[in-house]
Amino acid sequence: MSLLPLFEWCENVGVGQAIRISDWLFPVIEGFHLLGLCVIGGAILLVDMRLLGLGLRRQPIAELARDTRPFLLGSLAVMLVTGLLLFSSEAVKCYYSFAFWFKMTSLALAIIFTFTVRQRVTLMDDARISPIKARIVALVSLALWSGVGWGGRWIGFS
Amino acid sequence: MSGLEFCQWLADTPGSIALHEGPYALVESVHVLTLCIFLGLALMFDLRLLGVTMRRVPVSEVAHRLLPWTVAGFVIMVISGALLFYAIPVRSYQSIWFRFKIVMLILAGLNVLIFHSGIYRRVADWDLDAVAPRAARLAGALSLVLWVLIVLSGRMIAYNWFDCYKPQSALVTLLAGCVPGDLAGR
Repeated sequence: MSLLPLFEWCENVGVGQAIRISDWLFPVIEGFHLLGLCVIGGAILLVDMRLLGLGLRRQPIAELARDTRPFLLGSLAVMLVTGLLLFSSEAVKCYYSFAFWFKMTSLALAIIFTFTVRQRVTLMDDARISPIKARIVALVSLALWSGVGWGGRWIGFS
Repeated sequence: MSGLEFCQWLADTPGSIALHEGPYALVESVHVLTLCIFLGLALMFDLRLLGVTMRRVPVSEVAHRLLPWTVAGFVIMVISGALLFYAIPVRSYQSIWFRFKIVMLILAGLNVLIFHSGIYRRVADWDLDAVAPRAARLAGALSLVLWVLIVLSGRMIAYNWFDCYKPQSALVTLLAGCVPGDLAGR
């Protein structure tokens, strides 16, 4: 079954139409999507850098993970809501965009990885994480989230 | 030579044309995604000053460990940003969003300068405080507001509502430095 009818429906729903017709709604929502990017970027980087032994490396990993968690969750929520709004205004374009599907695949994997493997490792007691395992988790996390970022930027160019 | 004439001269240089027709999208992506490194980490420092996160981590430790990364991110932001301007000089020069962004950037720079030459010199006295003193909180809050405005106005540069080639109000014409009758700046 093709998802195209669903995407067409999204675009024709009131919200998507309103954003598409408006001159300034899309840019403003995009602006907030970008602010969310800064926060989520900071929250993820701080912990991944720590896992790599960079940045705040004198702090326990679990403490940094707990401290940044509200910002990770909050910015993720902002990203999902604003992202859904942007999507609804150009769903059919997205359907035919490789960048869109690349981003969505990366996003699904990034979210699953972040809230399963990475969460277990970062909330563990430092003494129980081997440095190699910590590094691998950080690199996978950085790779997946970078995929989301690059894919997202490229939707606009496709 | 006026600023506008300089930008017109810049636009005709081979480098500007090559950049405009070549790797513009790539440079733009680097500029946007480096926000995560530069602003993401700078934001965390501001939030620490406000006592919103990492309350148990000494302020000087956050500054000392993150500043090199923030500075590196900022250097990439400035270089990629300068290249973006170089690729589209005239239109950027006459963009009210770009002009607003530059003013906010200068204010953000002054804020950093005042913070580091002022309250931060005595950081030893308040390093372990969960919530920093008022002057430091003010610097953190100001930084957050300025950077939100910088990001938003930066994004708006891409849109052409207030471009000089369109009929504009007297105010926009003045602020953007539009030259009446001149349709340059596509």
